[in-house]
Amino acid sequence: MKLIVAIIRPDRLNEVLEALYRAEVRGLTVSRVMGHGGETDRVETYRGTTVKMELQEKVRLEIGVSEPFVDVTVKAILASAHTGEVGDGKVFVVDVSQVHRIRTGERDEAAVTPAEVTEAL
Amino acid sequence: MTLLPPLLALQAAAAPPPAVVPADTAWMLVSTALVLLMTPALGFFYGGLVRSKNSLNTMMMSYVALGIVGVVWALLSYSLSFSEGGPWIGGTANALLNGVGTEAKGTIPHVLFMAYQGTFAIITAALISGAVVERMRFGPYIAFLVLWSLLVYAPVAHWVWGGGWLMTRGILDFAGGTVVHINAGISALVAAVVLGARKDYTRQAILPHNVPFVLLGAGLLWFGWFGFNGGSALASNELAAVAFTNTFLAPMTTMVVWVLLDYFRTGHATAVGGATGIVVGLVAITPAAGFVSPTGALLLGAIAAFPSYFAIVLRSRTRVDDSLDVFAGHGIGGLTGALLTGVFAQKAWNAAGNDGLLAGNPAQLGTQALGALSAMLYAGLMTFVILKALGLVMALRAAPRTEGVGMDVSQHGEEAYTSGEGSILVMPEVAAASAPAPALTPQTAAR
Repeated sequence: MKLIVAIIRPDRLNEVLEALYRAEVRGLTVSRVMGHGGETDRVETYRGTTVKMELQEKVRLEIGVSEPFVDVTVKAILASAHTGEVGDGKVFVVDVSQVHRIRTGERDEAAVTPAEVTEAL
Repeated sequence: MTLLPPLLALQAAAAPPPAVVPADTAWMLVSTALVLLMTPALGFFYGGLVRSKNSLNTMMMSYVALGIVGVVWALLSYSLSFSEGGPWIGGTANALLNGVGTEAKGTIPHVLFMAYQGTFAIITAALISGAVVERMRFGPYIAFLVLWSLLVYAPVAHWVWGGGWLMTRGILDFAGGTVVHINAGISALVAAVVLGARKDYTRQAILPHNVPFVLLGAGLLWFGWFGFNGGSALASNELAAVAFTNTFLAPMTTMVVWVLLDYFRTGHATAVGGATGIVVGLVAITPAAGFVSPTGALLLGAIAAFPSYFAIVLRSRTRVDDSLDVFAGHGIGGLTGALLTGVFAQKAWNAAGNDGLLAGNPAQLGTQALGALSAMLYAGLMTFVILKALGLVMALRAAPRTEGVGMDVSQHGEEAYTSGEGSILVMPEVAAASAPAPALTPQTAAR
């Protein structure tokens, strides 16, 4: 199993989520983060004060996946987050030593295999 | 007291020129300020309904009308609306504010009449922006405001209020159901179709980013609307009190009915629904405010909730991205109000008005429908022509990539909610060379 961490543009988030859903990747964490990917700094002006926004808003996705899903997930993110301009982001694939599912106590591969949802909302 | 009788006798003998009445002037001064406040209020109402990355742009679309439309009004469109002309459009006698002085227009100074009517022109144009938010570029929008207020607002205002053909036919439009709301509503619908839908429309949920702003905007709109309707009596008298009270009552029933509809349809009384109900009630009572009884206003408000409510529900199932439902709210709401004016109007409440259907004058309903229909045809057609013409010389829409990043950054170089983290102060060349860094330099500037 692996932890896939992706830093993407906020305006691509919906496309990425859609692609992950189509790839049947379930279960992920999304956070809004600030970062810089080498793109041209955006210049903003507030009452005569000009500022360069060195940090841009980005979105970080964290997805724990079992081995068969690693390539699928990475491909889905690469295709859907792509605009071709500097600042599209990165995908990191990280080895994970242990995973525990809190609800059931399952470990490792079993813990990152999507559970059958039985309870209704 | 002793001077008064001779003075009155003197005036009566000399067939007095129309005089400025201080009480009327005082109320109209207040009303003008009240109506002006409605445009910033609209900015908050609309601004809260869009996504945060477009909130400044959306609010600026309202605020900029205060500048652009106001200037155009003073330079030309006041004259085209209200100076003497033909049945279709006014003349140029008052262009550049020529001859607009302190002389009486009715019972208030002419300059004040001009300013009061200007606030209507401003908010009417700003209303349309709700249909094109989150995608229309700012430059073309401003060009549209200028052309629209000259080519659409001025003629329609002249038809109904400035001595034009609908006024001659006896249309009842107390404060602008036809001139303001039907006019802006149909123009908004056409603009939404010409511009096309936002790239995310029907593909993902587009949610209001700040519902408290929506409530704030609706509340301030109601407050300002007392000047809009109450001031349309153009005097501080019984008629103003009737219009004021009807503006107080009608949105109450609309809101109650709207929230009940919401509750029975979705199981919740929503805040956005409540705010929308208030605005629709205000729109609907606008043409009727000075012609119907307070009981009539309560009924009118309740009825008006239904067409607009279901128009919003149906619209959101179509490909037409009238993003903030300007047509359903103002177009349909204004149409309902204009027609119901022809139903509930009573001469007993305003001798200068007319009886409606319920008071035994079904012909009035026909006049109301004719006014609404002709305003819709004219405004719809002209908006289409203006936007198509502008589209030939400039791109009306932002590129999809820009739309994704948001209109605040791309159109204004500002963000509504920025922490300033990671921003570097760019010193102006001259100042950087001579002056030391100001005390408020962000810490990150040292990096």
